[in-house]
Amino acid sequence: MMALPYITEYTGFAGTVYATEPTVQIGRLLMEELVNSIERVPKAQSASMWKNKEVQRLLPAPLKDAVEVSMWRKCYTMPEVNAALSKIQLVGYSQKIELFGAVQVTPLSSGYALGSSNWIIQSHYEKVSYVSGSSLLTTHPQPMDQASLKNSDVLILTGLTQIPTANPDGMVGEFCSNLAMTVRNGGNVLVPCYPSGVIYDLLECLYQYIDSAGLSNVPFYFISPVANSSLEFSQIFAEWLCHNKQTKVYLPEPPFPHAELIQTNKLKHYPSIHGDFSNDFKQPCVVFTGHPSLRFGDVVHFMELWGKSSLNTVIFTEPDFSYLDALAPYQPLAMKCVYCPIDTRLNFIQVSKLLKEVQPLHVVCPEQYTQPPPTQAHRTDLMIDCQPPPMSYRRAEVLTLPYKRRYEKIEIMPELADSLVPLEIKPGISLATVSAVLHTKDNKHVLQLPPKPPQPPASKKRKRVSDDVPECKPLKPLLSGSIPVDQFVQTLEKHGFSDVKVEDTAKGHIVLLQEAETLIQIEEDSTHIICDNDEPLRVKLRDLVLKFLQKF
Amino acid sequence: MPEIKVTPLGAGQDVGRSCILVSIAGKNVMLDCGMHMGYNDDRRFPDFSYITQNGRLTDFLDCVIISHFHLDHCGALPYFSEMVGYDGPIYMTHPTKAICPILLEDYRKITVDKKGETNFFTSQMIKDCMKKVVAVHLHQTVQVDEELEIKAYYAGHVLGAAMFQIKVGCESVVYTGDYNMTPDRHLGAAWIDKCRPDLLITESTYATTIRDSKRCRERDFLKKVHETVERGGKVLIPVFALGRAQELCILLETFWERMNLKAPIYFSTGLTEKANHYYKLFITWTNQKIRKTFVQRNMFEFKHIKAFDRAFADNPGPMVVFATPGMLHAGQSLQIFRKWAGNEKNMVIMPGYCVQGTVGHKILSGQRKLEMEGRQILEVKMQVEYMSFSAHADAKGIMQLIRQAEPRNVLLVHGEAKKMEFLKQKIEQEFHVNCYMPANGETTTIFTNPSIPVDISLGLLKRETATGLLPDSKKPKLMHGTLMMKDNSFRLVSPEQALKELGLTEHQLRFTCRVHIQDPRKEHETVLRVYNHLKGVLKDYSVQHLPDGSITVESILIQATAHSEDQGTKVLLVSWTYQDEELGSFLTSLLKKGLPQSTA
Repeated sequence: MMALPYITEYTGFAGTVYATEPTVQIGRLLMEELVNSIERVPKAQSASMWKNKEVQRLLPAPLKDAVEVSMWRKCYTMPEVNAALSKIQLVGYSQKIELFGAVQVTPLSSGYALGSSNWIIQSHYEKVSYVSGSSLLTTHPQPMDQASLKNSDVLILTGLTQIPTANPDGMVGEFCSNLAMTVRNGGNVLVPCYPSGVIYDLLECLYQYIDSAGLSNVPFYFISPVANSSLEFSQIFAEWLCHNKQTKVYLPEPPFPHAELIQTNKLKHYPSIHGDFSNDFKQPCVVFTGHPSLRFGDVVHFMELWGKSSLNTVIFTEPDFSYLDALAPYQPLAMKCVYCPIDTRLNFIQVSKLLKEVQPLHVVCPEQYTQPPPTQAHRTDLMIDCQPPPMSYRRAEVLTLPYKRRYEKIEIMPELADSLVPLEIKPGISLATVSAVLHTKDNKHVLQLPPKPPQPPASKKRKRVSDDVPECKPLKPLLSGSIPVDQFVQTLEKHGFSDVKVEDTAKGHIVLLQEAETLIQIEEDSTHIICDNDEPLRVKLRDLVLKFLQKF
Repeated sequence: MPEIKVTPLGAGQDVGRSCILVSIAGKNVMLDCGMHMGYNDDRRFPDFSYITQNGRLTDFLDCVIISHFHLDHCGALPYFSEMVGYDGPIYMTHPTKAICPILLEDYRKITVDKKGETNFFTSQMIKDCMKKVVAVHLHQTVQVDEELEIKAYYAGHVLGAAMFQIKVGCESVVYTGDYNMTPDRHLGAAWIDKCRPDLLITESTYATTIRDSKRCRERDFLKKVHETVERGGKVLIPVFALGRAQELCILLETFWERMNLKAPIYFSTGLTEKANHYYKLFITWTNQKIRKTFVQRNMFEFKHIKAFDRAFADNPGPMVVFATPGMLHAGQSLQIFRKWAGNEKNMVIMPGYCVQGTVGHKILSGQRKLEMEGRQILEVKMQVEYMSFSAHADAKGIMQLIRQAEPRNVLLVHGEAKKMEFLKQKIEQEFHVNCYMPANGETTTIFTNPSIPVDISLGLLKRETATGLLPDSKKPKLMHGTLMMKDNSFRLVSPEQALKELGLTEHQLRFTCRVHIQDPRKEHETVLRVYNHLKGVLKDYSVQHLPDGSITVESILIQATAHSEDQGTKVLLVSWTYQDEELGSFLTSLLKKGLPQSTA
């Protein structure tokens, strides 16, 4: 979602964006924090000449190796964020959204964050699931809805965990013990983090942990321009939370225990390090602040403040950035660094369990997931393994899905249905010939009774020849079956043809009506009536032949 | 013919104990399960024995839907599920699920503990009943079973109130519950999309009222409260703990702040704190403004409004008290009313509708001497004011909802018969749809005429839509296909495919006619004349002159040969298949008439 303004505001995009309410509210907070941190340190000038390929080639690494630098963009502004958000239409889980009458789109809980969704795109016969950023662990959001993903023709799978080897539960334990150890030794703890998401779980763990660890006097500071909003918003999305938290709201109690931490003054939140925070600031303490890349935001100040003392610890929990890269400009560093990435998204074991459960016909995923990570080439368990093998895609590649659409829904109006005459052709199979007017509106098809032919005006005395031209040609049904010659001849005789003569040919028979100079060739799959210019006779013969045939 | 049957067990030409049975496409759904506040006997609850005499309710009902937490919509629920016995699913929104058991418990306490009734549901029954509840999100499509699905829409009215769409196949019913089409100080307006249900079941509490603007009513209310307080009187506002109470609290709170008033405002204890807390936690269900500002200032944290203690009622001096319940039929509001009724300086403001039989209803209809329990006569000297703050749609709102949803039929419930009659006429006049208003126990049957969905092969559909790109209303194009019915599936395919699937081969029926034409010219000249003639007559058809000397009209072949005996006569062989029967027949008769001389 963080790139949404680039699409809605820069590309001429004129469509609707669908998202759940928590996604919009929390997404707004994340973008607000980003814009705020960037705008706080305005740059006097910006350089772009280096993006020229010839110049870039000469630059030192890692700039030299950066790809697609011409695509790099400046951060958007708050008005752009608001404009982008105004284009969003709110939807709820399991809400069926009709798009142009052709497909239905449905968001499902993905279990990863408040309001996070997987999506189903389906027509009457095809179902495509988009699974991204899902979690099977029980944290605060509503559990992942797996049942609705069943019977997918295609399942697009992305947003798997970035740290497939780390166990989130173990990481949380490590986080707590490192934090406690540092504080007990009189040091400060810095947790670079986003203002929403895992922080709710960390605070909940600490809530249970601090008393037993004897940390009840250590202040926790949460510093972000949106800290207050994030904490408040987390409490009002009861319907998007896991069952336990929902039950609390029914009591009524706030679903997250950070409300109590705030009430008892253990957790304090500030919009920035300026203002009230500088008065209240007490050490040793624990600080949660952004940005996890350590390149901007208030975290930079704390790195510089605490980096020189080996008593202090910085604990990385967000998996989006390599902690070594993040720390590089601050080296040499006396401060302890602990890396406990907490990424609750699906790992490869969970993926194979999920696929076994959901059983899609085809799986589509990014290329990276079809091979082991480049740094651990021997770990063949770290890739998606399913039958048939997943189809992979690369950036800007167009994939054709191995699926052929064959049917579509159409509605038959009740009046038309009444007029149909089904015939049982084979046991259990009935057929009816339908001749009707097709109406297509908003991609919905309806069959209606053909209108009655308008009565020709009787007043016209002399009709012009062209008036008789058959107007809309009513299509005749196809015929099937074969004509038993003997019975046919009998029928002819019954109808007054006395001079019927039958000749055998290689493929069938020829029936001759001598007087009328008419000839009927009868073969297995065809009948040919050749007659002179005698229309009543021809019609009569036609009707007799038709009696032996089935119509479709 | 498919039909939808509706039977109100309560709220049929009446307000109170809402309970409506709907049968749609073989599914039975019960809408709301309310109690009647005006009665203390059997009439209090709907007559569930109507549903089934000796079978289990669970076998008969596919689901129960509760629209909102007011007791006249959910009050009979524990009785129904635990005492009569129902184990199927009960659907309601999250806030309703949260608040409903609290109101039920409150109601139980008043009935059992205070009035000493026995044979009433217990606290445990309320808990067991709530375990059967499935909470739904707004707009979420809930699949009750394979065929039956329900969907909730925002209804305003009170926190968590919802309208429900019940859908089976392409037949659907919308039940509004109670709703409000104008946003108020704490809730938004009801909204529904153009879902074109076969039937809309709407409440009609204010069927004949068109209310003036909300602002006027608010100003009026504040003026009356202010005046009474100024002259040292006490104001009693009987309310239900959740709903109107919060709206009026917000109103008074801001007024007190602006006017810097000092007179105390109390809210009767018990539910207050809790109620406001629910509003804080379910803030996503309130209106836009409150949702936007809640981080800075939560509208449900009141500075001027304090908890009420029973002893305060005897305090001297002015005060404003919100007390429950709202219809003065029991509890604290009735106690305070009895204390204050004798003083003409005081005032009671009824901010909502009162059900017949309640004290509230009596004083509103002008009665000033009330017979209380124990044959005591209470004389009412205090001023009695009625202000319609209950958040029901007025006549304008009901019409607006009908316009939004575009139902094929409308059915009125939750209103008084006379007023319904008036609204019914108005609806039938304006929208030209049937409008019904069954009494309790009376069944209304509505015939639906659903289209039949079948599968059409994409090949056939594409063929048809490709040839008819430009829709022409004057000359509708006929499509031709074969409907295959096998087991229970219906598929529309092209005739060729039907033949193929059945393993049959096509039987071609062909006609060839000889037409004699008098024309002394050479064969190819004759052909050319025929060609020009046909081209002239058959403007809409593709007429082609092939290099081998034959002519085709669509797929009909015409060849000319000289007569073996008479060179002046040419024989035209016209050959067509059965599929071109009309055209072929027309051509032969056309050619038989000979060629026009003018083309010579």
